[in-house]
Amino acid sequence: MSAITVTVATPGSGVVAGEGTMAGQRPMPGWTRVLLAGTAIALLTTFVAPLWHIALKAPQYPEGLGMYIWSNRITGDLRSINGLNHYIGMKTIHPEAIPELRFMPNIVIGLVLAGLLAAGWGRRAGLFVWTGLFTIGALVGLADFWRWGYDYGHNLDPEAAIKIPGMSYQPPLIGPKQLLNFEATSWPGLAGWVAIAALLAAFGLCWLEWRRGRLARS
Amino acid sequence: MGATRFSAGLTSLLLMLAGGCSKGTPIGASADAASKVYVAPGQYDELYAFMSGGFSGNVTVYGLPSGRLLQQIPVFSQYPEKGYGYSEETKALLNTSFGFVPWDDAHHPQLSTTAGEQDGRWLFINGNNTPRIARLDLTRFETDETIEIPNSGGGHASPFLTENTEYVVSATRFSVPTPQADVPIEGSKFGGMLTFVKVDKASGHMSVGFQIHMPGFDYDLSRSGKGPSHGWSFFSSYNTEEAKTLLERNASQKDKDFIAAVNWKQAEQCVADGKAKPWPTRYAHNLRDVNGIARTEMLADEPVLEPKDCPGIVYFLPTPKSPHGVDVDPSGEYIVGGGKLATVLPVHSFSKMQKAIADKAFETEIDGIPVLKYEAVNACEVQKPGLGPLHTEFDGKGFAYTSVFLSSEIIKWDLKKCVVVDRVPTYYSIGHLMIPGGDTRKPYGKYVVALNKITKDRYLPTGPDLTQSAQLYDISGDKMKLLLDFPTTGEPHYAQAIPAGKIRDQQLKTFALAENHHPQAIKTEKDAKVVREGNKVHVYMTAIRSHFMPDNIEGVQVGDEVYFHITNLEQDWDVPHGFAVMGALNGELLVMPGQTLTLAWKPDRAGIFPFYCTDFCSALHQEMQGYIRVSPKGSGTKVLFNTGQ
Repeated sequence: MSAITVTVATPGSGVVAGEGTMAGQRPMPGWTRVLLAGTAIALLTTFVAPLWHIALKAPQYPEGLGMYIWSNRITGDLRSINGLNHYIGMKTIHPEAIPELRFMPNIVIGLVLAGLLAAGWGRRAGLFVWTGLFTIGALVGLADFWRWGYDYGHNLDPEAAIKIPGMSYQPPLIGPKQLLNFEATSWPGLAGWVAIAALLAAFGLCWLEWRRGRLARS
Repeated sequence: MGATRFSAGLTSLLLMLAGGCSKGTPIGASADAASKVYVAPGQYDELYAFMSGGFSGNVTVYGLPSGRLLQQIPVFSQYPEKGYGYSEETKALLNTSFGFVPWDDAHHPQLSTTAGEQDGRWLFINGNNTPRIARLDLTRFETDETIEIPNSGGGHASPFLTENTEYVVSATRFSVPTPQADVPIEGSKFGGMLTFVKVDKASGHMSVGFQIHMPGFDYDLSRSGKGPSHGWSFFSSYNTEEAKTLLERNASQKDKDFIAAVNWKQAEQCVADGKAKPWPTRYAHNLRDVNGIARTEMLADEPVLEPKDCPGIVYFLPTPKSPHGVDVDPSGEYIVGGGKLATVLPVHSFSKMQKAIADKAFETEIDGIPVLKYEAVNACEVQKPGLGPLHTEFDGKGFAYTSVFLSSEIIKWDLKKCVVVDRVPTYYSIGHLMIPGGDTRKPYGKYVVALNKITKDRYLPTGPDLTQSAQLYDISGDKMKLLLDFPTTGEPHYAQAIPAGKIRDQQLKTFALAENHHPQAIKTEKDAKVVREGNKVHVYMTAIRSHFMPDNIEGVQVGDEVYFHITNLEQDWDVPHGFAVMGALNGELLVMPGQTLTLAWKPDRAGIFPFYCTDFCSALHQEMQGYIRVSPKGSGTKVLFNTGQ
């Protein structure tokens, strides 16, 4: 690979001109590329574990109810939760009506493939771009999750049996929140934690690469 | 030292006197009893106890040691609370060759065993009046099957199972003409029938394996062998005088009656060898299918063995006097006869019996059945057992506990030495007693429960009919200690108890809707409908918090037969829905989550009739209601149904 020659030559040759463009051209050491590939592959956890978990507890439900949000489906006590939600006029949660659950797996696969490509390509630019994409994906995902939560929590049937002025039922994005007799607690699921760890790992790799590049230049 | 002991003795004597004289002193209870039976709020009991509900026809479930009532399981009687025997799905469980018999006298619960130990699979119980045996499922606490016992009168010695639940048995308490016949009561020869009901190893399904035709005694109780005596069953008998009238005197004349020892393995062989004859008879077998729908099959012709055609299947063990209980110790060696009119408690030895059979130590023969010599089978006699010894259970530590009816006490005695080591009063007139697992090879010990016939002054009085009662005693030490009195329903004859851990975690929480294949089940509200077929109207209805679908129904006419098929769409634990409709001549339904049940209703007048949910299900339970319109016969009102439109 000619690219390697170029990069190896860079520190010694003192070529600093055009760093902005050249920086991205820097090759990454083997272990960084392995870690990047590993980080990307770790995202496949989303296919075997849920991303997010909303737990509900009430006096009548000492054993609790749970809803697990995966990249492609929603599982748990959805039936019971829908049953309870109809009292406050919340729309029924139909996973098949949530388009995100259809294309999110593709995004995940795309991210994994892109990460592997970046690792294979071996340039820092790949890492930076991939981390950027991943960050945007995660933020958009969270924002979208919040938006759905807002929609379910606020757009209530005006003929609902239970109407409390000023009350809305948006589930928390993270942490606990009291919703009438239910305490709703929202935390990442296993795949969510893995994704967070992966994102942190990607940031870590970017920082290491950025520092390595600076050290190399100085 | 001597003085201390003397004063302690005096104090306890004074306490006893005080206890005897003043009401309000807890007679018999020890000071630390409360802490031993206290189960804190939210905590679980140590044991499940299954008590016969006696003439309620039910089984009641209690927690021990608290004595808290947990559940009533209907078995032989219609039970309005659960719609049992009222719903179309459960009615058939009460069918017999006499038709629908909605009551029986439940006596002896028996937990299934494997290798002589409780396995937590099923509970069997007998109905004495129209002889039946029922099998209850222990994941749902429901009756799944009942079988009528043919050619019998009074199924008292029942269901007392064999070590691996190969068979549950039943024996005639009231001998009758066999086969049934219109004959003069006095002077006619009656017969007794010992029935071995086969239990399928995997499904638990019952079928009559074979019957043994015996002399017309009254067969009272039974136990099967364990370990070395596995393959044998023992039946006590009284009225070997074969009296037909005023039995209290006429059946109490002989010094000894018999325990019948039955070699059922050999009997099986004789049946296989074709030595049994089919008897023409008719009996009902009722079984719930996987969808919870009970169906009746009427059966006929089951094999009956005459002891003379199969020598060696029955021997009589002479036993004083009108023996009631016949109980086999955990080792399978000792067979204790509770001679209720006897002055001693006879203990027979299985190994001696085997030897006596080999030596042909026979006294005489009755109807081809050898009577063994008493001395040749008797191991010992427990002296001074009290008045009216009835039943014996075992603690697995070498002691036996016998209930004594007339002197109203439990005696504890050393099984090997055959001597009484402790006695404690019961309040009052104990019948059966029960040690958890005390009839198995592995008794749990720790407690004995007295099941009393009379309560008199033990509780607040409630008119002439007083509560029935049980008492819990601690038997973990040398001395038995009374811990607790608690009321029971019906007359609790016998009981069984099992460590909670053996069945607690197998409890079903809801029926999976996806696996509900009831032919009238509907899985979504969209499928709700009303269908007329001639004068039958089928309402396919769903129930979910807090509405029925449909909840407005029109097009029904006077004289129609309306069937409400209610599917509870809930999949949450502990959210049953009830269903009741005005003017129903049967009862209500109580539908568990995921279940479908059917209530038949025959409107006799035109008008608008409400129906509603009877089990407080939710904050809007009171709103869970609907209307059905009934039009005159032949009216043109169209079939209409809807919810919320």
